Amino acid sequence: MSSQIGIYSLYIALIISVFLIFQFTFLNKGTTKNLDSRIFSLISVQFLMVIISFFSLIYAFIISDFSNETVYNNSHTTKPLFYKISGTWGNHEGSLLLWLLVLIIFLFIFFIHSKKLSNKYRLLTVLFQEIIILGFLLFILFTSNPFSNLFPIPKEGNGLNPILQDPALAIHPPVLYLGYVGTSIIFSSSLAALITGLINKVWASHIKKWVVISWIFLSIGIMLGSIWAYYELGWGGFWFWDPVENVSLMPWFCLTALLHTIIVLEKRNTFHSWAIILSVTTFSLSMSGTFLVRSGILNSIHTFANDPSRGIFILCFLFFLIFSAIFIFFIYQKNISKNLYKPYLVSKETSILINNLFMMFFLSVVLVGTIYPIFLEVINDSKISVGPPFYQKLITPFLIPFLFFMAVGPNIKWIKDRISKINIQQLIFFIIFILLSCLFLKKNGALYLFVLPLIGSGFFLLFLTIKDFFLKSSHLSQKLAHFGFSLFMLSVLFNGILAKEYSSNMKVGDERIFMNKIIKFENLKVVQGHNYQSLIGEFKIIDQKNVLNFKPQIRVYDQPKTITSEADILTTIYSDNFLVFNVLKNDGYYNVRYQNKPFMIWIWLSVALMSFGGILSFIKKNG
Amino acid sequence: MKKFKLLIIILFFSFNFFNYSIAKNSNQVDKISKNLRCLICQGQSVYDSQSDFALSIKILIQKKIEEGKKENEIYEFLKNKYGEWIVYDPEISRKTFLLWTLPLILFVFGGLLIIRKVSIK
Amino acid sequence: MVRNIKFIISVFLGLVIFFILLNALEKTNNYSPNKISNKIETNFTARLLYKNKEVSLEELIKDQHLSIINIWASWCLPCREEHSYLLNLNSINNINIIGINYKDNEVNAKKFLKELGNPYSKILLDPDGINSIELGAYGVPETFLLDTKSKKIIKKYIGPLDDIKFEEIVKIIKNEKI
Repeated sequence: MSSQIGIYSLYIALIISVFLIFQFTFLNKGTTKNLDSRIFSLISVQFLMVIISFFSLIYAFIISDFSNETVYNNSHTTKPLFYKISGTWGNHEGSLLLWLLVLIIFLFIFFIHSKKLSNKYRLLTVLFQEIIILGFLLFILFTSNPFSNLFPIPKEGNGLNPILQDPALAIHPPVLYLGYVGTSIIFSSSLAALITGLINKVWASHIKKWVVISWIFLSIGIMLGSIWAYYELGWGGFWFWDPVENVSLMPWFCLTALLHTIIVLEKRNTFHSWAIILSVTTFSLSMSGTFLVRSGILNSIHTFANDPSRGIFILCFLFFLIFSAIFIFFIYQKNISKNLYKPYLVSKETSILINNLFMMFFLSVVLVGTIYPIFLEVINDSKISVGPPFYQKLITPFLIPFLFFMAVGPNIKWIKDRISKINIQQLIFFIIFILLSCLFLKKNGALYLFVLPLIGSGFFLLFLTIKDFFLKSSHLSQKLAHFGFSLFMLSVLFNGILAKEYSSNMKVGDERIFMNKIIKFENLKVVQGHNYQSLIGEFKIIDQKNVLNFKPQIRVYDQPKTITSEADILTTIYSDNFLVFNVLKNDGYYNVRYQNKPFMIWIWLSVALMSFGGILSFIKKNG
Repeated sequence: MKKFKLLIIILFFSFNFFNYSIAKNSNQVDKISKNLRCLICQGQSVYDSQSDFALSIKILIQKKIEEGKKENEIYEFLKNKYGEWIVYDPEISRKTFLLWTLPLILFVFGGLLIIRKVSIK
Repeated sequence: MVRNIKFIISVFLGLVIFFILLNALEKTNNYSPNKISNKIETNFTARLLYKNKEVSLEELIKDQHLSIINIWASWCLPCREEHSYLLNLNSINNINIIGINYKDNEVNAKKFLKELGNPYSKILLDPDGINSIELGAYGVPETFLLDTKSKKIIKKYIGPLDDIKFEEIVKIIKNEKI
């Protein structure tokens, strides 16, 4: 029953989409007032339909309706309620429905909040967004139907992967999608603004809200994914340069560049083409991400369904959108005001251009690294791997000048400034921090001359941003965000350099010595959990100062039969102590891995701080 | 004064192109196995994986190190058996030339674009 | 004019990328690169299962024209399923099969063979799995069909043997005999 409701509401949404798109010219002829209410009602109905559809899927999951194939494949009666609900979007079909829902929600909100702007612009935005919605509806209805029926109705489901039963992972997709899909509105409205000749300060103020919202959600979404990986996957890492992770990072670089470009457009009425190109690129990257992850073209631990036919659909749709955008850009380019003003070398505009340059560089590194193996295999028929070493080698050197410019840039005035602005005070800071970093690194026994400038730049940025807090009280959101970023960089750096790890095969009763600590494997207990059996290992790590107790688990799940390792992580403000153990075949022996990771929690806090800076800007605008 | 500042800044940044690394106490086996792909896993390194394949590779690395083989020789050996894609760090060869240089070319190209668009005073 | 050139370049690039990605979708996403060296490393030495002696793989295959190397273990379920094919290949088609006992316990291994039969002319022990890596194996079960003179791998089967693979092997053996 819920399946029927689900699918029929989608069909109605489809009809509305087609209607809106093909009646576009028709509707344009009406008066503003009528037009407004007509489109508003149509979009509202469509919104309602998609919500109904989405909730009917959630309902099917809650009641474990196994006549629904998606529920059958991804749920189980013994799963806790919270995970039954989050299982709705933890699979290919459900997550697409979520994409669709967010697409229509954003369109709805956009339509309500843009009443002050030109009607033609709003209509065009609706048109483009509806084209995207149509594409997704067709994709869902014809290749990824979340409401397909099974007969005879199975008694029990295939269960959800136990690794996915985690709170962080439950909210990670919705938050991430809010970020991704937010870029769709930016895409649609940029093209609409281009056609109606509205690329200017007013439009920039208007679209900035959307850019900030997407950026906040994307940042938090990525962070949640990393948190999940760190706490749940048992490897102690939080970023693996895995293709699927890269795919979420790429739009982030673009969105950050776009955010800064929009700020310039708003303040100085320049960089129009940049704004459009970045808008289109950001959304294209989001869509490409969808393509890469679901088409089976990538080799990753995160991938969804490996179905090439779905891949072909998304690929064609994606390139249809990209080519349309390219066509529109070149045809309507004349609408962009010919602002022949060249920013001076030392000016905030140029700083932002430099920022964009670096963002595009980082983007290209990640993009090339992720896609190159695919291209090479087609052209050369050889398989290579591009892993963490590649990204680290290319990105790390460029971070140094980037951090420097990021420290200096925000303080440079608009239009024109003098280079002596980079004054003695800052230079002294600079040198102090080189020395500080040197001392710090020496104390901790990690002497890389290579790393030294990186830390120096990081500190430079940090203290400059702190100093800014005391100077003036304006631009609080920017300062907070930049400060958060500097904290993030330093946390990641120190975490990477100072982290220590040790692994060994131990059986109960064994002791090992690592640096000045003793690791004891004391005991093993068996405990029954909700839908798993758990083997709990009791470990003690003793050093001169204190004793740490760990209880990592090895869980054996029934549906489906999997074994997972749950690490025990002791978090303090200074560092995380991380212990995980795995079964080995040699009876009684377990592979035990201990890691000490300094400043882990700062990594999460700093991203939260950055996002909070974003939220602050949004609140201040409206307040 | 301005030139002096500029000089210091340039000197400072030029350090990062020299890869001086002084005695890092890392476990060689761990270091090498982090750079190897576990071929029967989906997207895990040999270091992270507990699969039979990964464990055997780790034992093999240990053995090779004891025999005195260097890191590069071990990579070559494994590449010979399993193909290039077992190593995460793509070597710089004719095949991967574009991989390493494309981002750098784009950066330089972008930099030139900026310089053209900016008026120097 | 410049604008048109930029336009044409963007569209061209877009089309190229599109077709490459389309092509990539059609390639299967499997794990075995077939283009690496087909020669096998045969001079590793290991202990035999049934005799307390160390021999090199080279010695075991040198007098043969064709050999099969099969990696197996008593704890491996699919190995049980493919065992009958190996017995068949050995007795009926009279081909030399060398077993590599992978990460196993000797007692269990002997029990396995006692229970299911022994198709192997000789069995080498591989307690750490290192020797299998010398062969470029991924795990267990895995079967190699070798041309002994050139030491080239004619066929490599990852996973248990089935009817189709078995037929293939029989065909190749028959062709070689001619």
